[in-house]
Amino acid sequence: MNKTADVIIIGGGIVGCAAAYYLAKSGTKNVIVLESTKSIGHGGSCRNGGGVRQSGRDVRELPYAMYGIEHLWPTLSEELGVDVEYTQKGNLRLGKTEAHLKKLQTLADNAKKVGLGVEMVDAKEVQEICPYLSKEIIGASWCPTDGHANPLTTTLGYYKRSLELGVSYYTDAKVASLKKIRGKVRQVILIDGTVFEGEQVILAAGYESRAIARTVGVDLPMTRLIDEMFVTEMQPHMFDIMLGTAAADFYGHQAHHGSFVFGSECGYEEVTDMDDPSKLYTNSMTLSASCRAVMDYVPCLKDAKVVRSWCGWLDNAFDGVPFIGPCLDAEGLIVACGFTGHGFGTAPAVGLMLSQMVHGEKTVVDLSALAPNRFMPNK
Amino acid sequence: MIDIRQKLDEIGPFVPGADDGLLVCRCEEVTKGEIRRAVHEGIFTIEEMRRYLRNGMGLCQGQTCSRLVKSIMAAELKEAPDYVEPASARAPMRPIEMEILGKDQGGKHE
Repeated sequence: MNKTADVIIIGGGIVGCAAAYYLAKSGTKNVIVLESTKSIGHGGSCRNGGGVRQSGRDVRELPYAMYGIEHLWPTLSEELGVDVEYTQKGNLRLGKTEAHLKKLQTLADNAKKVGLGVEMVDAKEVQEICPYLSKEIIGASWCPTDGHANPLTTTLGYYKRSLELGVSYYTDAKVASLKKIRGKVRQVILIDGTVFEGEQVILAAGYESRAIARTVGVDLPMTRLIDEMFVTEMQPHMFDIMLGTAAADFYGHQAHHGSFVFGSECGYEEVTDMDDPSKLYTNSMTLSASCRAVMDYVPCLKDAKVVRSWCGWLDNAFDGVPFIGPCLDAEGLIVACGFTGHGFGTAPAVGLMLSQMVHGEKTVVDLSALAPNRFMPNK
Repeated sequence: MIDIRQKLDEIGPFVPGADDGLLVCRCEEVTKGEIRRAVHEGIFTIEEMRRYLRNGMGLCQGQTCSRLVKSIMAAELKEAPDYVEPASARAPMRPIEMEILGKDQGGKHE
């Protein structure tokens, strides 16, 4: 068993697998990825809605969200040899009240300032873009360059391709702690005592990153939040756009094979009571609430049958945007976590930039606003 | 801990079989050969396999094929069937229309 590498990546989710792929592609093939569960992509990577969007994002995230959509997503299926089902047909964020439209207008104005093409459309234009939507919708924001992809095949595609390129993967390999050697983070110690050692360590383990980073004195202020989704049986092809709402009632799209995939909530997510978070029990209230939310905007789906629901934990960063970058207080450690439920669409760009950080290169966009040490006392 | 590369070396390369065209998942039309080949691409758990090939993701949610998939994967991994853990079952246990499900526990659709 190979226990030393140029780079040790903690977390076999989409960010870890994408970082491994871009490292291997650029010639750094001596890379080890450690996944705590038995399945690659067990966490949020395979439990999300597949949004590949720019609209509605914090301006600090927009530059790399836009970079990925321009440079990485269009050719990803060919690169990975797996169909990631990338579909760039736009995102409608729907509003039913004047307050909704005001909120959407503010988001659109902010996005336009950093160069994103997003426009407000009226009720008639909404119906032209997607005739399946409720007539109660009075307007929406429209970002034609947004889209969606399949998070399951994307995550496993990065895994498969990086494995082919020589990356080593270990599953059921739960990390207990990090250890500094001569002042530099080098060792990664598993709960069974196995020690891995790398020149650099990338920490991309979602919420669990916080406890791991703590072992070398780094705090990543985030909490854990549950999110649920459901999928319908196959439906005839209706539309290719991504849907969201100003009130955040639900989001979703029709997948290539015909199922609709929607995410929604019941309102009690912040006080979820689950004795063992790894069990991932769904809340008995959420699925029915989700169906009501979707039918309020897409009434023609009322007869579509739901075949499955599931949930996952978000790594909810304190200020709503992720921690990406080297830790100044722990040399050798680069973190990428706290994606707050919208990390899937940006994962290719984040993976690429992590490989650039390892090589000491300038990242394709400036990430200083997301530095893990950005928190200062505010009182 | 499972060393994926070591395990792939142990099981050797994919060898085509006469019955590779056999439909194992009827809902999503996934064949035995596709499942066997995916194991050699590093797909070792049912959870990953469902996401990779869509077996067990259709109308019956694997109620027909999941035991077959499990035994095919275990054989390919040269392990006992118990080595491959079954997939999680999730609500609803039978497909239900959104309009019916939406009536559960209140809401204006009740």
